[in-house]
Amino acid sequence: MSKMEATKDGALLSVSDLRKHFAVKGGVLSRVVDKVHAVDGVSFDIAAGETLGLVGESGCGKSTTGRCILRLIEPSSGEIWFEGADVTKMDATALRALRRDMQIIFQDPYASLNPRLTVGAIVGEALTIHNLVKSRRAHEERVVQLLETVGLQADHMRRFPHEFSGGQRQRIGIARALAVEPKLIVCDEPVSALDVSIQAQVINLLEDLQEQFGLTYLFIAHDLSVVEHISTRIAVMYLGRVVEIAPARDLYDTPLHPYSEALLSAVPIPDPTVKRQRIMLQGDVPNPINPPSGCHFHTRCPIAKPDCATRVPELRESRPGHWVSCHYRG
Amino acid sequence: MAEPLLDIRDLKTWFKTDDGMVRAVDGVSLHIDRGETLGVVGESGCGKTVTARSVLKLIDMPPGRFEAGQILWQGRDLIPLDETEMNKIRAREIAIIFQEPMTSLNPVYTVGDQIAEVIELHQKLSRKQAMVGAADMLKLVNIPNPQRRVHDYPHQFSGGMRQRVMIAMALSCQPKLLIADEPTTALDVTIQAQILELMQEMKERFGMAIMLITHAMGVVAETTQRVVVMYAGKVVEEASVEALFGDPRHPYTQGLIRSIPRVDRSAGRQARLESIPGSVPSLLDPPPGCRFASRCRYVMPACTQAIPPLKEVAPGHKVACIL
Amino acid sequence: MAGLTPASLTADAPAPAVAAPRKNRPTSPWQEAWRRFRRHRLAVASGVVLLLLIAAVTLGPFIWPVAINEIDFTAKLQGPSWAHPLGTDDLGQDLLARLIYGGRISLAVGLAAMVVAVVVGVVVGALAGMSAGWVDAALMWLTDLFLALPLLPLLLLLMYLFRDHFKRLFGVEGGAFILIVVVIGGLRWMQVARLVRAQFLSLREKEFVEAARALGASKLRLVVGHILPNALGPVIVAGTIDVAAAIIAESTLSFLGLGFPSDIPTWGSVLRDAKDYLDIAPHWALFPGAAIFLAVITINFMGDGLRDALDPRRVL
Repeated sequence: MSKMEATKDGALLSVSDLRKHFAVKGGVLSRVVDKVHAVDGVSFDIAAGETLGLVGESGCGKSTTGRCILRLIEPSSGEIWFEGADVTKMDATALRALRRDMQIIFQDPYASLNPRLTVGAIVGEALTIHNLVKSRRAHEERVVQLLETVGLQADHMRRFPHEFSGGQRQRIGIARALAVEPKLIVCDEPVSALDVSIQAQVINLLEDLQEQFGLTYLFIAHDLSVVEHISTRIAVMYLGRVVEIAPARDLYDTPLHPYSEALLSAVPIPDPTVKRQRIMLQGDVPNPINPPSGCHFHTRCPIAKPDCATRVPELRESRPGHWVSCHYRG
Repeated sequence: MAEPLLDIRDLKTWFKTDDGMVRAVDGVSLHIDRGETLGVVGESGCGKTVTARSVLKLIDMPPGRFEAGQILWQGRDLIPLDETEMNKIRAREIAIIFQEPMTSLNPVYTVGDQIAEVIELHQKLSRKQAMVGAADMLKLVNIPNPQRRVHDYPHQFSGGMRQRVMIAMALSCQPKLLIADEPTTALDVTIQAQILELMQEMKERFGMAIMLITHAMGVVAETTQRVVVMYAGKVVEEASVEALFGDPRHPYTQGLIRSIPRVDRSAGRQARLESIPGSVPSLLDPPPGCRFASRCRYVMPACTQAIPPLKEVAPGHKVACIL
Repeated sequence: MAGLTPASLTADAPAPAVAAPRKNRPTSPWQEAWRRFRRHRLAVASGVVLLLLIAAVTLGPFIWPVAINEIDFTAKLQGPSWAHPLGTDDLGQDLLARLIYGGRISLAVGLAAMVVAVVVGVVVGALAGMSAGWVDAALMWLTDLFLALPLLPLLLLLMYLFRDHFKRLFGVEGGAFILIVVVIGGLRWMQVARLVRAQFLSLREKEFVEAARALGASKLRLVVGHILPNALGPVIVAGTIDVAAAIIAESTLSFLGLGFPSDIPTWGSVLRDAKDYLDIAPHWALFPGAAIFLAVITINFMGDGLRDALDPRRVL
């Protein structure tokens, strides 16, 4: 079965108007009283071999988006095209096969590994589920190979997760994701829970693996410095919507959306000699249960005008490859 | 400048565990002068939080103990003081805010009650007067509608707001020193910027000194005046913030600074982040000699034999390395 | 987040970061739990006593081969002596032999009833915990229903109604045994079900379960391979409590005459026979009472030790 069919415009993954609402139940009979608009119309493409960074602050829906792509969470509506097939419409069999093409790495190295399984069992589970190896010997060899690929050793196979440090556990998680030889890996804040010096190790590893295996990454994070380093292009999310997509360097040099500007200016630079003008946003991120009307950002936007509260801005290509969703910028 | 406000001398705080004695803080000396912001930087397990809690003696004493050293607050050693004496110092002279405001605030009391409690305890005011004071504090930290919000519960506030409430509580008695233990790590970056600016405002208003504990070098660069770098329970470098970033002397500091990706580097994309190989040694059984030796690129035989002392290599710049 | 520190004022000792696995042999979480259990001296001592008790009732008949129902009126109601170390009852039967035999039954009933309760409880709890919606609601409604039933009266009623029926089907001893086990176990599964359901609800959301789903694991694999092994801690603790409760329940039933028939000695039935002779032959009631007490208290202490050793907050 050929998997080389191109999707829309040749992208490996194409997300189109993805939405996810969580019902809030309340009242005596547990009726649905409200909806959390976690993902509110998200569209983007990822080309094979590139890294798309997905940034935003808490509550912006980036993690939910990542999980919807893998259908770990069921999207409420929208389309997700992967190699010519719509993920949202796949049945159980097709979905199972999809698991060999798309994988995920989690944020918390302590919660993402089953404490009662050996490292070998954790890494090799996918091999068993998908019948990827024929003999026990081949299974063991493959597990060792995976461990060594991520910088661990063969004798770590028999050990248990609690014997390892955070950075090592994250490597185990990466090895587990690589077992199926995926094409796309969703990295959900993979280094946020690690110390700075270990972050660098893991980021370097991810970059090496990308080159070695031709992987495509959706890199979800809130740390803009890390995202800029590893991403080819970056999408900025705010309250369930994408507000800007641009090549990494362009975003940082010339951010167009007021939120992106504020976000970038808020990132502390580790250099005391650099003095910057900070754009201070007032107030807090609004509640995703009751997002502001029109443009979600208008309540905190320094350049908001009256019609920002009534019209939802479209994501338009303002410059080649640089998309912005704002009435007055770009 | 007279004597420092806080002078920690060779502090050793150890913990007795089933596996042995954990030397969380193993000979740490640092000082803070009146009105300055000192950054205490290091990664997890380096002992910075234990140091901070030791100052206010918030360590559980059965597993923990002060093995050695002094904590001089305005010349007076805090270690021998009993609880009653310490309580006069806590909140009134030295206040502390923590990383996770949700667990630091009692969920069953309104924030007004909690702030008022601090005021009542230390300023001997009536409950009514204290509540007025609490509303004033909320206003000070820029919480909108302070009169109304003083009756709200912690869960009704967002993360950033809760941190402001924590700051309000900490400042309600106008302490001379504020210890901030990773105050913005759990917050979004735009909220972090707000909180750091608020802390700066408060510092200028009250003339406070701040001991800012963090692992984020960017935060340190932007908000502190002097920095102490800790590793595996010891101080490895101490310098002004410009000197630390401009001319880091200790290999750990150098590695740390080089391993951080930078948003503003316009000189093309960095090809590869420098990382420090290996990981932090166990504090149960620290290796003899320099604790960083196993990961240091300049390691020499002499490094593993004796712990290098902290010596001054330039005015105000101390390093614990034989280089 | 990097550098995460506990915010509570009573901070635990900071865990030392380890560069490489610090022990030479890999230690599974179960081995770690065993290590923690060993530190509870009371629990370990109780474990030893319990083991001795079990050894006594299993090996007893070989060491003390005296018949349990050898009637000897000349030796009736005698206190402890060399011939009869625990004395005799009103028919001259040797108490030690009877208690050994009875111990087997009482302990077997305790264990079997626990197994029934745990199996039913795990199945119900797992089903409820894994499925959301109406299956969960229905099962919980059923659980609440059972919890609302008055246990002791129901126990007595069921025994009264079905004892003869089971006796005909499975023989006197077998019938009584099965009925008692089913009835006791069938009325104690609810706590286990609730525990298991609570564990499932929380474990289902854990990232390592999500990771297994992302790998393509079937629901069965998720339950059996990932969730159940991590849910067992509290279940084991509840299980030990169930053994103790079952032993007491059986003793109560036998004491009230609704358990095993008269000629089959269990600790409870011996106690029942002895109750009218408390002033003349107190030893007759004392020893079975002490046996029940010893069994239950050692099991409870062990349960305490297990609870701390298997504390899920430590392992996960």
